Amino acid sequence: MAATVNTRRLARAMLTPAVVILFIWMIVPLVLTLWYSFQNYSLLNPANVGFAGWTNYQYFLTDPAFFQAFANTLILTLSVLAITVIGGILLGLLLDQFIYGQGIVRILVISPFFIMPTVAALVWKNMLMNPNYGIFAWIATSLGMQPVAWLETYPLFSIILIVAWQWLPFATLILLTALQSLDEEQKEAAGMDGAGFASLFVYITLPHLARAITVVILIETIFLLSVFAEILVTTGGGPGYATTNIAYLIYHLALLDYDVGGASAGGVVAVILANIVAIFLVRLVGKNLEA
Amino acid sequence: MGKIVLQGVEKHFGDVKVISNVDLTVEDGAFVVFVGPSGCGKSTLLRLIAGLEDVTGGRILIDGVDVTDLPPMKRGLSMVFQSYALYPHMSVRGNIGFGLKMAGLPKDEIARKVEAAAATLNLTQYLDRKPRQLSGGQRQRVAIGRAIVREPKGFLFDEPLSNLDAALRVNMRIEIARLQKALATTAIYVTHDQVEAMTMADKIVVLNAGRVEQVGSPLELYDRPDNLFVAGFIGSPKMNLVGGRIAEGYGAATVGIRPEHLLVGREGDGWRGTISVAEHLGSDTFLYVDVKDVGLVTVRTQGEAGLRTGDSVVLRPDPARLHRFDRDGRAIRAA
Ligand SMILES: Nc1ncnc2c1ncn2[C@@H]1O[C@H](COP(=O)(O)OP(=O)(O)OP(=O)(O)O)[C@@H](O)[C@H]1O
Ligand SMILES: [Mg+2]
Repeated sequence: MAATVNTRRLARAMLTPAVVILFIWMIVPLVLTLWYSFQNYSLLNPANVGFAGWTNYQYFLTDPAFFQAFANTLILTLSVLAITVIGGILLGLLLDQFIYGQGIVRILVISPFFIMPTVAALVWKNMLMNPNYGIFAWIATSLGMQPVAWLETYPLFSIILIVAWQWLPFATLILLTALQSLDEEQKEAAGMDGAGFASLFVYITLPHLARAITVVILIETIFLLSVFAEILVTTGGGPGYATTNIAYLIYHLALLDYDVGGASAGGVVAVILANIVAIFLVRLVGKNLEA
Repeated sequence: MGKIVLQGVEKHFGDVKVISNVDLTVEDGAFVVFVGPSGCGKSTLLRLIAGLEDVTGGRILIDGVDVTDLPPMKRGLSMVFQSYALYPHMSVRGNIGFGLKMAGLPKDEIARKVEAAAATLNLTQYLDRKPRQLSGGQRQRVAIGRAIVREPKGFLFDEPLSNLDAALRVNMRIEIARLQKALATTAIYVTHDQVEAMTMADKIVVLNAGRVEQVGSPLELYDRPDNLFVAGFIGSPKMNLVGGRIAEGYGAATVGIRPEHLLVGREGDGWRGTISVAEHLGSDTFLYVDVKDVGLVTVRTQGEAGLRTGDSVVLRPDPARLHRFDRDGRAIRAA
């Protein structure tokens, strides 16, 4: 008894520094952001400082760019989730069958995940999507079609494509692992029960994957809500606000418009929105995690 | 309905011959048990019949129809797996009814059949539970329910009781045997448990290294083993096998005598030895007797015979129950 109490006390004492540092690490930026969000603090107007009340929030939330950024964030997140989950399941099923050269194929499939977002986006922008010397343009010309200026004509779609390409390996890997953990005898039992390929997928495989799909969605959402580098190096949020998401809008306010107060208010709004989405998602799919 | 015939069935995994040239007829309504040591190919043979593995050679006929190239679902058999292989996210109702649902039966008919199967197996109160909320024995019954509800031509069981504790095993053994008789459906049952084989089977198939060693009723195998392997495999404790001079005395390369067919005395002619261990089980006593030139001989006597470790005894084999084998291990039968 005494021993466990002592161990517990010692454990707490040993943990304290880490917890304190983590707490400071988190709380200082948060408090500063909150503080700035209620201040008049524009680098272009250094004379105008002081308490601003809710004006920063008012400006941010009524800015038409905010609505577009909000919509873009949702479209981007949901599209990438859909592409990666569906594509991940298909690729996972394929790789699960694949026997010859499996190791190599798997490394190839996972490799995009190890490429930095900036590099990946630049490769897509310059080597693939460039209308003059990109590979897509070359394919289009060799087929006798007009090359497409992807990032100008379909900017948000292009960004979705790039981000989905980066996250597909992650989804594939998680889902493949889940597929491989499906009991072989269960599949055989379903086969003896008369389930064909489609029924097997719908009634056995998909329910088995539910938990893995939930994990993929939750983890990806955290990152997809704050996609930034891909937008910065390809479209710069444009044309207009066509590819500006909330993360990019905040950056835009702070470092292009030099409005620290407004950007801080945007940051606080983003945090709140992210939490709402998170709560919503956990409600929606989180029940799969119980069981 | 449900006569299963194997003709020269072979199965190779790469270069490894796992099943070689098996000919077997399972009569309609029979309860046939495959026994054999671990790795002898029992499961493989069952899976070949189920259609879960493709044969390398030979034919499989069900009710006279060649099913060798048919997929599992077209063979009209159902299987109970060792791991039960229940669908974890479906309720007991869903598990039992899945095969009917796949067959496209109307909902009310599925419900009716599932209820009936559940009633037979005492599962009615668990119908809405998930498999993980059931005990091992209940899961086992769900797996059996899934097999019977489709009214198949035959049941295939792969060691269905090996995950249960001893007491439950006895109950389930009786339940399965009773159910099979009531439904009069052909059953093939794989086990390595002697008692299961002896008590449940109409016919036992003894397998060894992918070959059929002998097919017969439990008592046939016990009384008249065809060869040394069957003699040593069937019966517990094992038959005593003696070679050398003693066997020559009987005109055989090896003679076998079951522990229960040895008479124990203090005096007289026979195999003289000393008791090295005496195990008293109450109803029976097992004696392990060290006999010169023979080695350790197992003897089973009734009750407490007043014999203890270190006693000197004489063993007399019952000549009518003595089994003789030639140099190749084949039984020598009096003409
Ligand atoms: N897919 C496979 N590939 C290669 N060899 C296999 C395969 N499946 C089974 N074997 C081999 O076939 C032999 C028979 O296996 P099987 O599973 O039929 O044995 P068993 O009689 O059921 O044994 P147990 O009583 O341990 O279940 C074994 O030697 C095994 O190693
Ligand atoms: Mg087996």
